Amino acid sequence: MAEPIIQMEHITFSYTTEEGVAPVVLDDVSLDIEKGSFVAVLGHNGSGKSTLAKHMNAILLPAGGKVYVSGVDTADEERWMDIHRMVGMVFQNPDNQIVANVVEEDIAFAPENLGIPPEEIRRRVDDALAIVGMSDYARHAPHLLSGGQKQRVAIAGVIAMQPECIVLDEPTAMLDPIGREEVMETILRLNREQHTTVVLITHHMDEASQAQRLVVMDHGKIVADGTPRQVFRHVDKLKAIGLTVPDTVGLLYELNQAGLDVPVDALSVEECAEEIYRLLNERDKE
Amino acid sequence: MLKDITLGQYFPGDSLVHRLDPRTKLICVVLYIVALFTAKGFLAYGLVFLLLATAVKVSGVGAKALLRGMRPVLFILIFTGILNLFYTTTGTVLVKVGFLQITTGGLANAFFMVVRIMMLISGTFLMTYTTSPISLTDGLEMLLNPLKKLKVPVHDLAMMMSIALRFIPTLIEETDKIMSAQKARGADFESGSVIDKAKAMVPLMVPLFVSAFRRADELATAMECRCYHGGEGRTRLHQLHYTRNDWLVMGLFGVLVAAMFVLRRFSSF
Repeated sequence: MAEPIIQMEHITFSYTTEEGVAPVVLDDVSLDIEKGSFVAVLGHNGSGKSTLAKHMNAILLPAGGKVYVSGVDTADEERWMDIHRMVGMVFQNPDNQIVANVVEEDIAFAPENLGIPPEEIRRRVDDALAIVGMSDYARHAPHLLSGGQKQRVAIAGVIAMQPECIVLDEPTAMLDPIGREEVMETILRLNREQHTTVVLITHHMDEASQAQRLVVMDHGKIVADGTPRQVFRHVDKLKAIGLTVPDTVGLLYELNQAGLDVPVDALSVEECAEEIYRLLNERDKE
Repeated sequence: MLKDITLGQYFPGDSLVHRLDPRTKLICVVLYIVALFTAKGFLAYGLVFLLLATAVKVSGVGAKALLRGMRPVLFILIFTGILNLFYTTTGTVLVKVGFLQITTGGLANAFFMVVRIMMLISGTFLMTYTTSPISLTDGLEMLLNPLKKLKVPVHDLAMMMSIALRFIPTLIEETDKIMSAQKARGADFESGSVIDKAKAMVPLMVPLFVSAFRRADELATAMECRCYHGGEGRTRLHQLHYTRNDWLVMGLFGVLVAAMFVLRRFSSF
């Protein structure tokens, strides 16, 4: 097992409201994120997945339990800058993360804050733009870009810090299908080519199924944890907590329920088609 | 209607004007304003206009964009013009209707006032059009740097300004969206008295403010995540350097101001 970049040990959290303490948002959650992995955290609204994400780089501190980033306790205020640098965060709305009026100046924002020499900033900005495929837009104004492009700029702004891990909190929730695809491609490339650890918070099944590891949350607890194949096998369990499975798994599940012998864990359309084809062939032989 | 607000928008480019140091442009705009308010007579205004026209031509921004920026202040222009036209009583009387009279002095005054405001706006707009807000605030921050010794939070002010500028197009877009949404539900922003119109703005302003606060909160978190911790120990992607052109342009504007003072004193034209 690879060494963990983020360790969360028995963390609990609840938002305090004016009337007192609100229901518990995180209830004794323990989770380790391994270096270089691509983990998706899945859950419907109010499952605590975004709150969990905010604990990963000390935006929120747990009420109970401990969070360590590369061995550093997030409660240690002195080290917050280091923690922010090690674990970058991308949020839902790209408009509310872009600070500058020119793409390259926005990407330079984090390195500038870190006090990096100008020549090095230049290099990092160019690299980050190349990684997200936005090199042609370096001098553009962000408000004239499409949603997917804006979100890629936001991701580049985080890459420029050279973090070891990037946490993306529903980065595609406000995007159209094309934008979603662009962002997902970027995330996958980041994980495969740059070996950056990626934590993707999402409620889209098809996005979650692209991860190496899938963590399902419900009512502040982790209810399933494993590879997407392992998790999606439990169709009943997922349906019970209000999550839908990918269309492919859903179809195979229905066939299975109807008494046909197909495995339910084929994730891609090709795999799914393959299984059904095999099934039909077998029937023909009989 | 909201599309007319061009304040604070930046048109990227690579002209001589674009490439000038933001500090140069800020100093020049100050000098330009001094010159404009010192100018007296056709020759003086002509000189200032010549400089402005050259700058606009070189910048490649286009007079159209500058004139579009003028639309929101059209009312002020007309108001100033009329006020000056009737309230100046120097020179010979040209027309007299009741207690109202138009004199040659009034005509000249009105003309110069309107031209002065138009040139003032064009000049400052030319600066914001050709300077990215971040380099503008960088320049401002560096120019005001000495004030840090007096505990003036120069960096914080510059940052606030640049964020405000950054969010102008975003908030305009949002306003348009809310307006359409309210119109779709029968809101009427156009007809009725001034008070009716003001009242109609309430369902527009409330959601806009709520959303602006939410945006501010999210932006603050995002900035923190990107290691923002104030101006201390910050470096810059674009270092500011004065080049020979900067000194030349600043010199030119200095000469312009001097010329205005000389003309004011010795020329009656």
